[in-house]
Amino acid sequence: MAVNIAIPTALRAYVGGNGSVDVEGATVDEALDNLTTTHAGLARHLRDKAGKLRSFVNVYLNDEDIRFLDDKGATVLKDGDSLIIVPSIAGGR
Amino acid sequence: MRPLDELPELDNADIARYSRHLILDEVGMEGQRRLKGASVLCVGTGGLGSPLLMYLAAAGVGRIGIVDFDVVDESNLQRQIIHGVSTIGKPKILSARDRILDINPRCQIDLFETALVADNAIEIMKPYDIVVDGTDNFPTRYLVNDACVMLGKPNVYGSIFKFEGQATVFNYKGGPNYRDLYPEPPPPGLVPSCAEGGVLGVLPGIVGAIQANETIKIILGKGDTLSGRLLLFDAMQMTFRTLKLRKDPEAKPITELIDYEEFCGVASIDEGAAARETEPEGFARISVQQAKTRLDEGWKPFVLDVRKSHEADIVSLSFADLLRPHEAVVAGEHDGIPRDRPVLVHCKMGGRSAKAAKALAAAGFTDVTNLEGGITGWAKEIDTSLPVY
Repeated sequence: MAVNIAIPTALRAYVGGNGSVDVEGATVDEALDNLTTTHAGLARHLRDKAGKLRSFVNVYLNDEDIRFLDDKGATVLKDGDSLIIVPSIAGGR
Repeated sequence: MRPLDELPELDNADIARYSRHLILDEVGMEGQRRLKGASVLCVGTGGLGSPLLMYLAAAGVGRIGIVDFDVVDESNLQRQIIHGVSTIGKPKILSARDRILDINPRCQIDLFETALVADNAIEIMKPYDIVVDGTDNFPTRYLVNDACVMLGKPNVYGSIFKFEGQATVFNYKGGPNYRDLYPEPPPPGLVPSCAEGGVLGVLPGIVGAIQANETIKIILGKGDTLSGRLLLFDAMQMTFRTLKLRKDPEAKPITELIDYEEFCGVASIDEGAAARETEPEGFARISVQQAKTRLDEGWKPFVLDVRKSHEADIVSLSFADLLRPHEAVVAGEHDGIPRDRPVLVHCKMGGRSAKAAKALAAAGFTDVTNLEGGITGWAKEIDTSLPVY
């Protein structure tokens, strides 16, 4: 299953400047694994050493935060699903 | 919602001024009286605060508090449209007050020339109905959030980065707050500031206007606010996306204010803090003054500029040897950088170059020095003929 992952501006430098990346994956976690395998520089920005999603980065499956899905990262991807990475930003001036 | 008989009346001058509101069914006399009786505290008078304050004043919000400790700088004017050339060097709160009173002299303006900190936040925020977060840093954002939760006030949130904005309403009618969205901030240095990363000038205008819109709807008690939804705006793709925002059942209750600098400095104690504390062997730091002295004494380092090429187009050091973005250096592109000479690494302000210099030292370069303050420090202290950007 190919899924499109939207990459925020702050992390685009780690995926060759692209706004989104298509990766394979049967579940959310698998898609994120494949993303960080292909783009290794991204890994430490998304997950801590234990492999847990960092607390200042959220991943949405369509419009739902994966932290609040029943199966969380193990949620199975369906045709047409998209993932969105949303990091915490603080700018205002 | 405040009962009608507690709201201020509108006089004939008000009615003439707000006629475009009054003929809207959703505002009308009642809504305009609600605006006149409302009080809003705006934390920050920068990019987000500029349009926000001007629209709230124009809309007839009766009492507006402003918190800021900064002075107007010429580089603010690319986006902070409440300020102008005539107020460069003045405190931002005074510059903002003058502009607001020019738009609407009937506004009551309260000025707080201070940083919002844990010791003063509750006292400053308490008298206001709504708090709007127009700050530019994680510690103040968590402080504003926690104080709003403790005081039971809605927190109208907006933040920006380069071409992207986020907006929502936190802590409104029992809805989620900032810690439900992001339990912890990123470690310092992971996300560049606007000064390092840049920001499209019109972006805070759009996001700040959205914050003003949400504030006014809360005052009116009309429409659907962004509570429970996170709005993402991408100015380049011109897309608006709304994502669901829920209360985190694992979130700890907020019962007191904490040390927010510490919270934001050590929150990610694994790699972030470790990377700052353990500087690899072969890595050193130097001030621009020290660097100048050593260079004059005959020090001949290989000078590596780790900014982007469009930044080098603005200004470069005449003695730079190689331009290579810091991401490339961190990712291991080290060809062309000599191992048998000292290497002096610089960027705009010293943040990115520190990462690149540490990466080189960790990769076995034995004499790598970071230029603290970067080319900006050099332009301000050593060669003032250079432009500062």
